Amino acid sequence: MADLNSIEAGSESGRDKNPDGSGAEALPEARSQGTMVLRKFLRHKLAMGSVVVLALIILASIIVPLFYPHSFADASFSSYVDPSGEHPLGTTQVGKDMMAQVLRGTQFSLLIAITVAFLTTVIGVVLGALAGYLGGFTDSAISRLTDLFLIVPSIAAAAIMVRVFDGSWYVVALVLAMFAWMPIARITRAEAMSLSQREFIEAARASGAGTGRVVFKHLVPNMVGTITVNATLAVAQAVLAEAALSFIGLGVQIPDTSLGLVISENYEQMQGRPWLFFGAFTVLVLISLTINFIGDGLRDAFDPRQRKVKA
Amino acid sequence: MNLVVYILRRLAISIPILFIGSFLVFCMVAAAGDPLGELRTQPGVSQEAIDQLSRQLGLDQGIVPRYFDWLGGFLTGDWGISIAQGSNMQPVFPKVMSAFEVTIQLILAAEIIAVLLGVAVGVLAAVKQYSPIDYIATTMAFIFFSMPIFCVAIVLKMYGIDLNVMITDMGWDSWLGNPFLKTTSPESLSGDGFFDSIINYIGGLLLPTLSIMFISFAAYSRFQRSSMLETMSMDYVRTAQAKGISQGRVIMRHAFRNALIPVTTLFSVNFVTVVTGAIITERVFAWNGMGSVLVEAVNKNDPNTLMGWIVVIAISVVIANLIADLVYGILDPRIRVG
Repeated sequence: MADLNSIEAGSESGRDKNPDGSGAEALPEARSQGTMVLRKFLRHKLAMGSVVVLALIILASIIVPLFYPHSFADASFSSYVDPSGEHPLGTTQVGKDMMAQVLRGTQFSLLIAITVAFLTTVIGVVLGALAGYLGGFTDSAISRLTDLFLIVPSIAAAAIMVRVFDGSWYVVALVLAMFAWMPIARITRAEAMSLSQREFIEAARASGAGTGRVVFKHLVPNMVGTITVNATLAVAQAVLAEAALSFIGLGVQIPDTSLGLVISENYEQMQGRPWLFFGAFTVLVLISLTINFIGDGLRDAFDPRQRKVKA
Repeated sequence: MNLVVYILRRLAISIPILFIGSFLVFCMVAAAGDPLGELRTQPGVSQEAIDQLSRQLGLDQGIVPRYFDWLGGFLTGDWGISIAQGSNMQPVFPKVMSAFEVTIQLILAAEIIAVLLGVAVGVLAAVKQYSPIDYIATTMAFIFFSMPIFCVAIVLKMYGIDLNVMITDMGWDSWLGNPFLKTTSPESLSGDGFFDSIINYIGGLLLPTLSIMFISFAAYSRFQRSSMLETMSMDYVRTAQAKGISQGRVIMRHAFRNALIPVTTLFSVNFVTVVTGAIITERVFAWNGMGSVLVEAVNKNDPNTLMGWIVVIAISVVIANLIADLVYGILDPRIRVG
């Protein structure tokens, strides 16, 4: 579903001073692309709100455990204690403090998601850019490889790979990345194909730059918008993918944990003890929602046209 | 005729990919460990029995001949036996196929509703851009899009149980059945007589179908909205409006049909997501579909079942892509196949 987001018209903010999007803006001073993108992004209320919420979640998951009295591994409490000052989210069946589980799960979920997003972006961009720029045999080979990975059901493949190695967080992250780079590769390939027809690429080639230099010094920097947006959205996808895999019990295994695993272990109590479910659930949805909003804001900020469509 | 050739050619292209893919997965499955490991540690299992089973699974051969043995069997409908405990050496083919039937039933119902509803809401949100309808639709789409599917399923299950209690309290359970909304796997979806059958069918499928539907719906409505907005800004739409054609007709005849074209690509992109979603939803509602077969096969290290499972899904992905391309051709005469 990753390509889905990228194709959506992002015009929600629509606060550009320059509604028709012709680049000929009379600016009092010269601004770099980076400054312009940053300014636009800072004006995107939903995205900025999301940055704040996400930052709070990340900080809380790092800082709170330092002061929090209970350890995630401590299973010495009584089973199913109701929420109280001592246990804000109650305790689980085996007598673990739920709040500590949620905090620990959040750390791992974020760690896995960011690792997955980083790896998928690197793999996807390198393969996509090479395929799009070189064309010919390289393109066919990489495209067939993409097709191959697209038809193998990732959930089963990931589950088997976790079984081959073990359920520690980095194995899950590596395996998820292995089966998630294809959409980014396709998007990058398309953009690299159109960019490589442009004069500046020709100029670079004419002045003697080799493939590596053209691709990584000229092509990739010009795709920074697409790459940033898709990398951001890949984090959200990875959070959900990891949660799904761990939920059916084929992902992260104890002693590592994740929000999906925490939910999976406790959701059957949702009727009588909703706090055992809603803590992890709320954090998971908030992470995914805020990252999606940030991705949307970034897309608007990077879009030089800022399409304003009349209906 | 051209169409038949096109379909055959497309399928022919996917055969090498399926071939290589299945071999790689076969190696992966083989690397996952000794399928008879659990059996070997059990007391009272004779060495002969293990050796015989090992031969039957081809474990005494190298990976390549074993793969071709499996492939030969697969192509002739003999997908090997399942060695999972309690499955009594059941053949894999009927096991995977009956599970696939359960899952496909869920997916079909959910996808049909999701496409129709998603496209309708997307068009409405685009035509009334920045209206309350648009904001509500966008917010809902974002929330469902960001929600893990099992959370949707869990929340629906929770409300389903509450609703069942309410139905019983109202005394409606006498004709709606008790419980009306099945929150675990229904024994059967049929009932005595026509009315009962419908009630049973709806009650049995409603919650899992809705879970899958919501996630897909979010994707379709967002996609349709942006595609429709883009089409509505095209010159030919302005031309149609300038000619004095009524707005409703412009939307339906000129914009809508063209705006549908990109959405068909979503169908194929989305297919794997939906299958994954169905697998997870089944786990929440304790259905015996592809989800439980997968979890059991992975945990028991059951190679034949895993292979059968993966290849069935891979082939259905290929078919879903083909269908999407054919629909694409119907909607867009410029790229009509053949």
